[in-house]
Amino acid sequence: MMSSQIIPSLSAAELADIDAEISHAPYKAAVAIDALKIVQSYRGWVSDESLKAIAQHLEMSPAELDGIATFYNLIFRQPVGEQVILLCNSVTCWIKGYEQIREQISQHLGVGLGETTTDKAYTFLPVTCLGACDKAPVMMVGDELHEHIDRNDLTQIFRSREQAQ
Amino acid sequence: MSTQLNDPLTRPLTKNIREDRRPTDMAAYEANDGYQSLHSTLGKRSPADCLQIIKDSNLRGRGGAGFPTGMKWSFVPMEDATPGHKYLVCNADEMEPGTFKDRWLLECDPHQLIEGMIISAYTLQADIGYIFIRSEYLLAAQLLREAIADCHAKGYLGDNILGSGFNFELHVHASAGRYICGEETALINSLEGKRANPRAKPPFPQVSGLWGRPTIVNNVETLCNIHHIVQHGAQWFQNLGIGSDAGTKLYGISGRVNKPGCWELPIGTPIRDIFALAGGMEQGYELRGFLPGGGSTDFLTPEHLDLAMDYDTIGKAGSRMGTGTMIVLDDKTCAVGFVKNLVEFFAQESCGFCTPCRDGLPWSAQVLDDIQQGRGTSEDMNTLARQIGFIGAIGNTHCALAPGAMEPLASGIQYFREDFERHLNNGHCPLCHEHNPKGKHDSQHKGQQGVSQGVAS
Ligand SMILES: Cc1cc2nc3c(=O)[nH]c(=O)nc-3n(C[C@H](O)[C@H](O)[C@H](O)COP(=O)(O)O)c2cc1C
Ligand code: SF4
Ligand code: FES
Repeated sequence: MMSSQIIPSLSAAELADIDAEISHAPYKAAVAIDALKIVQSYRGWVSDESLKAIAQHLEMSPAELDGIATFYNLIFRQPVGEQVILLCNSVTCWIKGYEQIREQISQHLGVGLGETTTDKAYTFLPVTCLGACDKAPVMMVGDELHEHIDRNDLTQIFRSREQAQ
Repeated sequence: MSTQLNDPLTRPLTKNIREDRRPTDMAAYEANDGYQSLHSTLGKRSPADCLQIIKDSNLRGRGGAGFPTGMKWSFVPMEDATPGHKYLVCNADEMEPGTFKDRWLLECDPHQLIEGMIISAYTLQADIGYIFIRSEYLLAAQLLREAIADCHAKGYLGDNILGSGFNFELHVHASAGRYICGEETALINSLEGKRANPRAKPPFPQVSGLWGRPTIVNNVETLCNIHHIVQHGAQWFQNLGIGSDAGTKLYGISGRVNKPGCWELPIGTPIRDIFALAGGMEQGYELRGFLPGGGSTDFLTPEHLDLAMDYDTIGKAGSRMGTGTMIVLDDKTCAVGFVKNLVEFFAQESCGFCTPCRDGLPWSAQVLDDIQQGRGTSEDMNTLARQIGFIGAIGNTHCALAPGAMEPLASGIQYFREDFERHLNNGHCPLCHEHNPKGKHDSQHKGQQGVSQGVAS
């Protein structure tokens, strides 16, 4: 596909944020990861359309950019829920009951790992050690870290969020 | 509990850290002698002097390998024939399973890292710095960005810092999540916006790193030490350690202990003393073994409790001090499950560059899963032994990730063979059942791939 045929689909805000990164980089493609994260922060994920638009803006091929995007665990190339649940499955959290907690969350939300709830509220993902092993077991819901999730009724974490909406 | 701050001369790294983990802002930092090293060093002491102090101090890198920092820095060309940027990079990727020490320093005292980085950059005459921080450390990244802005306002960062003629710009780069980014040459590729595959060495980053320019990558804890050493001297730092190593070390314990946590102690503190700070084992649990310094170190056992936690002593005992954060294996946890969890982690996080790691680690994980699920045979133990011999040998793989994965596996089989035998002979293990009554094991990899791969691919 010729680049002129691609319809740019980045917002002015996204472009401004990406250009701010480019301003202190030696060449545009150097900010590939920042750009992917910026677009994801506005849209929740990186669609094929967005990917092509970013690649065009950074003067690189979409294939190369996709190779980068899919390398990193926290760049989402599929739509995710409003909040992403990152449940730590590394060794200390595993010792402290990860498998049971995973089952409880699955049952409560009706989804397995890698899936999004039908109401699009949550995507449930495993994550490697969150660097909070002294508070294990832990998970992140959106931007927030929840510690010792075995001690509290963890469905409360989701319920209180649902009530807030 | 006490709200008193630690003694700055014996616990320099945590002198500003309070129990409630409240972040130290510019005012609080400066009130406790913060940026004094900056004032007394820039333009007042030569970079060569500073480098000599770091060399004499015997500081060793706190990121895991323990390489002498002064020696590493001495390879950076100081009279560069081709003028251009030099880079200082802080490795704040902290993704080694069981490691939670850098988060503490970053969240509680961001200015300490920044002062350490300014003095380091001055010593190396680096003009641009990056803090490469893992994606999930959102609070730390935000605090660092605020602290950097405060430093600009005070003239501690930017052009002509404190009138010394020295310029230093510092940027925070948040990663997008991949353990291999912590390997320093992979980190450099990632900073360049690429996939994080490690680079071949030589050339070493000190000579040709970020964008082909001289680059030093150091761990958060390493860099936090620098300005204290320059301010108080090499001898002071040497005296802080108990044995042959110098300084203090952040030690941590997680697992079934009463008070999991992290403490700054003299390097070389006996392991038993660290366990005592953690309040010993939880009631009803007994200590069977522990990984001394994160997920890629070899098991040690209760008979090693009186060893000093320093690089050489732990090395002689057949393991590595690594990051200094220990993970405890208790008597209600099966070593097969413990090791399988780690090997699955390394298999998932393999960057895919070389065959023994990309194809070997998933194979090891599969064999371990077969054994755990009761499908294993004694031939599987031979297969694991062959894999350990091949993947674990330094030099067969492009970087240290794959050999690191073999450390808990090899030592786990060595010390806890009875757990493997139980699975092989009985096909069922009460300890594993306890962990996962329904016996459902989702592959870690599968869950992750759910969204990081595109729909079409
Ligand atoms: C797979 C792998 C992951 C690593 N992860 C980290 C990390 O998260 N943080 C870190 O400081 N060092 C990590 N290292 C070590 C770095 O490569 C490098 O040695 C270190 O950052 C140097 O800093 P230091 O000399 O101050 O210890 C890792 C090494 C490997 C092989
Ligand atoms: S050992 Fe693993 S992580 Fe390291 S380069 Fe090879 S494939 Fe990549
Ligand atoms: S193992 Fe879960 S936070 Fe470290």
